Amino acid sequence: MVQDRRDDLPQEKDETFFKRRRSRSIAIALVLAGLVVLFYVVTLVKMGAGIFNRAL
Amino acid sequence: MSDRTLEMNADTAARAAGGEASVRDFLALLKPRVMSLVIFTALVGMVAAPGGLHPVLAATALLCIAVGAGASAALNMWYDADIDAVMGRTRLRPVPRGAITRGEALAFGLILSAFSVLTLGLLVSWAASALLAFTIFFYAVIYTIWLKRSTPQNIVIGGAAGAFPPMIGWAAVTGGISVESIVLFLLIFFWTPPHFWALALYKSDDYARAGVPMMPVVAGDRATRGQIWLYSLILAPLGLLPAAVGLGGPLYLAVSTILGVLFLALAWQVRSGEGAVAAKRLFAFSILYLFLLFALLLAEPMMGIAPFASLLGGVS
Repeated sequence: MVQDRRDDLPQEKDETFFKRRRSRSIAIALVLAGLVVLFYVVTLVKMGAGIFNRAL
Repeated sequence: MSDRTLEMNADTAARAAGGEASVRDFLALLKPRVMSLVIFTALVGMVAAPGGLHPVLAATALLCIAVGAGASAALNMWYDADIDAVMGRTRLRPVPRGAITRGEALAFGLILSAFSVLTLGLLVSWAASALLAFTIFFYAVIYTIWLKRSTPQNIVIGGAAGAFPPMIGWAAVTGGISVESIVLFLLIFFWTPPHFWALALYKSDDYARAGVPMMPVVAGDRATRGQIWLYSLILAPLGLLPAAVGLGGPLYLAVSTILGVLFLALAWQVRSGEGAVAAKRLFAFSILYLFLLFALLLAEPMMGIAPFASLLGGVS
């Protein structure tokens, strides 16, 4: 379970803790989104131009 | 107990528990400067390799190699936190500084290792992926955990880890290993001892304090200077070898000859016992030496300079 507050930290340290955790979460989200885009683009590249050449 | 002491105790407790690190701390764990050198040498391996790779796949391979190098750096900082804390050069790294816990560094290194190796294999080449996995294992386990603290030959054998990136780049394009990529490997492999021992000559106090058996600490300055000279004697002709195996052209041959002679001259000054100044000069020049040789292998094809025909004939 995610801890909502760090009891062992004074107030200002608490704020720093949450700020840093938020920036780490954003960084992880960006990396995961980047991985999705990377796998998508590489799949297109590997399939080649033929991907557009199909019956509709 | 004063407020300041209470605050420091709370701070230490929080750091021991982890979760205090910023994104920047995690980036520092990847040794970005070393990473840039790895990207550069891997790129040269890719450009020098016969055949081609789609730019997107080439960029993907470089990204994976860079992340793999960063992962092994994180694993190195996990294991070496105790000696990093007592060396002036490394005491401000994220783990000894208390910004990241050892557990976090270990988890970060293992996750990135798995991601980089699997992504390289799935998207580009399993041969390159296997080499990357072996490189990470070699740096983290063979060098960091085993050799670094047990033998003055640590950086000689461990240097192989830093020499693999051009081979990985080559394998990403060709799907295998060949004489040419082994030549690029040997160039970095034999460059590593004179480079690091030159540094160790004027940083030996740091290594001695940390109990790392670097050559100057164990065998003394005189023996180290002799070893630097011996390895430089091997390195200078090795620097010409890319021209012999069809990787470099006339410009490469000319510049590598001049750089090799300069390297030998500086190594001779170190051997003659001209003190820390000569060692610092060789250390700085060794970086320029390797950079210029690899930059030439990259630049010659762009300048339209064809490489010499390989003396190996059709062998590869």
